Amino acid sequence: MKLIYEKSKAGRRAGSLPRYDLPNVEVPEDLRRTAAPRLPEISEPELVRHFTALADRNFGVDTGFYPLGSCTMKHNPRVNERVVNLPGFRDLHPYQEEDGAQGALELMWRLQEILAEVCGLHAVSLQPAAGSQGELTGLMLMRAYFADRGEADERRVVITADTAHGTNPASVAMAGYELQKVETDDRGNLDLDDLRAKVDGRTAGLMLTNPSTLGLFDEHITEVSEIFHDAGALLYYDGANLNAVCGISRPGDMGFDIVHINLHKTFSQPHGGGGPGGGPIAVRDMLEPFLPVPAVVRDGEAFRLDHDRPKSIGKVRGFGGPFGVFVRSYAYIRAYGPALREMSEAAVLNANYLLARLKDVYDLPFDRLCMHEFVLSASNLKREHGVTALDVAKRLMDHGFHPPTIYFPLIVPEALMIEPTETEAKETLDEFVEAMRAIAAEAATDPQTIKDAPHRRPVRRLDEVKAAKRAVVKFGFEEHPDLAPVKSEAGGEAIEAAKGA
Amino acid sequence: MSHLSLTDADREAMLAAVGVASVEELFRDIPEGVRFGRDLDIDPALSEPEIVAHLTELAERNVDTGKELSFLGGGIYDHYVPAVVDAVLARGEFLTAYTPYQPEMSQGVLQAIFEYQTAICELTGMDVSNASGYDGTTVAADACFVAKHATGRSKLVLCETVHPQVRQVVKTYAPGFGLEVVEVAHDGGITDPDELGKASADAACVIFQQPNFFGCLEPAPDLASAANEAGALPVAHVDLVSLGVLEPPGACGCALAIGEGQGAGNFQSYGGPHYGFLAARSDLVRRMPGRIVGETTDLEGERGYVLTLQTREQHIRREKATSNITTNQTLLALAGLVHLSWLGPQGLREQGETCMALGEYAKERLGLPLVFPDRTTFKEFAVHVGRSATDVIRDARAQGVHPGYALGRDYPGLDDAVLVAVTEKRTPEDIDRLAEVLGEVAR
Amino acid sequence: MAAEESYPEELRYHAEHDWARVDGDEATLGITWFAQNALGDIVHFEAPEQGIAIANGESYGEVESVKAVSDVIAPLSGEIVEVNAKVIEEPETINEDPYGNGWLVRVRLSDPGELDDLLDAAAYRKLLESL
Repeated sequence: MKLIYEKSKAGRRAGSLPRYDLPNVEVPEDLRRTAAPRLPEISEPELVRHFTALADRNFGVDTGFYPLGSCTMKHNPRVNERVVNLPGFRDLHPYQEEDGAQGALELMWRLQEILAEVCGLHAVSLQPAAGSQGELTGLMLMRAYFADRGEADERRVVITADTAHGTNPASVAMAGYELQKVETDDRGNLDLDDLRAKVDGRTAGLMLTNPSTLGLFDEHITEVSEIFHDAGALLYYDGANLNAVCGISRPGDMGFDIVHINLHKTFSQPHGGGGPGGGPIAVRDMLEPFLPVPAVVRDGEAFRLDHDRPKSIGKVRGFGGPFGVFVRSYAYIRAYGPALREMSEAAVLNANYLLARLKDVYDLPFDRLCMHEFVLSASNLKREHGVTALDVAKRLMDHGFHPPTIYFPLIVPEALMIEPTETEAKETLDEFVEAMRAIAAEAATDPQTIKDAPHRRPVRRLDEVKAAKRAVVKFGFEEHPDLAPVKSEAGGEAIEAAKGA
Repeated sequence: MSHLSLTDADREAMLAAVGVASVEELFRDIPEGVRFGRDLDIDPALSEPEIVAHLTELAERNVDTGKELSFLGGGIYDHYVPAVVDAVLARGEFLTAYTPYQPEMSQGVLQAIFEYQTAICELTGMDVSNASGYDGTTVAADACFVAKHATGRSKLVLCETVHPQVRQVVKTYAPGFGLEVVEVAHDGGITDPDELGKASADAACVIFQQPNFFGCLEPAPDLASAANEAGALPVAHVDLVSLGVLEPPGACGCALAIGEGQGAGNFQSYGGPHYGFLAARSDLVRRMPGRIVGETTDLEGERGYVLTLQTREQHIRREKATSNITTNQTLLALAGLVHLSWLGPQGLREQGETCMALGEYAKERLGLPLVFPDRTTFKEFAVHVGRSATDVIRDARAQGVHPGYALGRDYPGLDDAVLVAVTEKRTPEDIDRLAEVLGEVAR
Repeated sequence: MAAEESYPEELRYHAEHDWARVDGDEATLGITWFAQNALGDIVHFEAPEQGIAIANGESYGEVESVKAVSDVIAPLSGEIVEVNAKVIEEPETINEDPYGNGWLVRVRLSDPGELDDLLDAAAYRKLLESL
């Protein structure tokens, strides 16, 4: 379909803003814009149709089953959208004085208290903008903690699992730490022998997802925690999979000292096509002084922002964090109350049900009960019929499902990582099972149809090699001179000259 | 629980299929010692109407910009957000999708991001934009990481006129990156290019803000030249709303353009979620953080869009990635695209002109001494109020007017200064009212 | 078009799947058929700058496909005297002709004695069989 720029026509416009009868103010000549930006020129009806057509070419949880492993694509209750748009939240300026933001501060304080309870830890900062930023913040806390103890120079290494999300090693590098990887044993747990050999006085901490990205709870988590704490190191919990254990097992009780929570996964902030998210962190008491500023604190009946934290690592994001995300997640949690455990129970039941019904047709690298997600492998189909995990994913689209996460975790070849979430009905799970089984059967009879899939989407398979080789990352106005609106000659040249410089 | 879809009968059938007797048994791999033995201590569950009532009660204890005549700015602004933004963002296909890993399922979001990247490049005069960053502060840290690797240098220069929170975030990130931060003091509200040039020796990058935190217009082309001459990458932190009237960073010789997108399409929302943007010259494309969407064709030659240049990213490059970013701010960036498309080039220019005209009108009507009298300002400006700014703000708010941000919070010595922001939503009559109230409470 | 699998006899190999063609005090370096095949369609070569020194066993650049990135390991130490402009413009050349037009860099050797530590074609094939 056409780009909005290809629908643009000089002189057309949708919006109008107030104009006041005031003298115009000149921008000094050397700072004045000379060439108008080629934004779309389009009427409102055309604008609405354009974005409606784009929405039609997209698939969300609202459209259908979206078992994208590790992403927790659960239903997003619409009441959360209603409350986040209350003017008292939506139109509140972040520099509003504290007495004019008591409702917002109380909501943040209440959410902090809830997250501390769910994690079994003492203090929470809501500031990080996403899970990956929560990770980085957690590692900065580690560094600040050891610096405060005079151990910063010795403790240089952070250990991650070989099943870790790519964000873990990337965060370790961004925080200025050295990375060491620990292997997974044949039950899918951390390899304790490998761990014991690697943890020493140089270790700052462990970053671990538990349950892991294999969807397995580490059966030796208590021993793992002892190994690190005995060495004077800290444990960081990547909360990507917290949806499996809310009210069932708490990271703090497992021995973790720092936790990040993905509000967009566990607590239903809509994923928005790739964000926004929220990545609050919860910590054990000895780490509280290092949390980002400002902290939201309760002072008698009132709530305030505490900037006076001399040991704080500083700020990791603007203001108090992604407040709208807090409103939605708080509303989501309040719908469950103490029964939040039922959410995790249903998520784990749904995942185990799918696993039980699929493990005879796909390879299963670790044959255990799973938590909220599980990893199958298409290795059998590849070996026998040349059908890969990618092919299975594309063929699922023709059955009306979003594919699972594929080729992750890296230690499982042809991985299919499936996370149904708690909000799906049994009928949906059954239909997905039928589709997965049909594809496995089709691999034997008609592999080419699978390899050519999808057949029923707005586009066929796309050429990613071509996209990467000559990256076209914006519309080429120059190739469509008839579409280029008014533009002063001098200005255009100025821009081109600057690009060439 | 209304969010769940399983009936008791479903549960029984499913447990039987799994081969366990109870839900409890599904958790048998969790060691006894780390199982949670009680109910979570969370207030009782609420029905949907009760949720609305509870949250409404909280919301009403806030004084939003509909309740108080507000001149607050400082990076987040009460600009008008068109109704079409609400309509597009309410579409579940956008709202409830995730990162477009599977392009055949996600052409809508991918094309929208491609269109957003185009808009950001047009506005900033740069060659390539990412799909968005978290906000206007974190994109500054991202830019420093890009500059460090592009130049191999380990010093950063920040102008003191850059948003205080942007500077704080950069300083939080810098030690992990192995970077040292140097700040350049302002001279009468703007940055002196010579001073900046001196500080830029051996620097990876220089970050300046246009218009700066005081609302003053910096000599952007001279600042960029000073940085370029020292071999440091000039990074401009800009306001999209200003780019209908101000020269874009690309035309000023900047290597990177970054900023907070909130003013274009997002509500204030007590600070977030919003979107940060990051655009660069083409030679920096492989060092950019975050998602980038590219054009390609499908098997049948039809045009389509995919995430591209992904080898920069954490899921492939892991500890060598250009950033750890995964989730970004797609929905907010989509709002930005819809907003900018609704405005068009003409609307954006008019909006900028209106903000400037209102600003001049306000300076005149307030009649208070300007903190930086010789400067051209965009949308906001600083005035002396003759006594403690926080006291003046308190007294003005008692009359239903919030005059702006107390600059002394971040700039010692400016304790009697208020930063006043005027968007197109403030009428000349609103400004008259501000003048009246400040006339009473300022000295 | 992808090349046929081959490991020319006249080249010397490094266990990290790199090859060297020595000519006097200079050598041409590249990646083996096995390496390019494992990566798939190569879309980018992140080249070193001319004139810099590279060290035996260490990375001097990166080759990227759509979904993978791999360090290119120097089989020999020396100074970069030329970078193959063709593979920067047309990275698919590495897939099409890994030992010919798909060469990556030319170096002036600083320690020709290192040559003795490299594998010959037979030894490299044996290594591949053991993988």
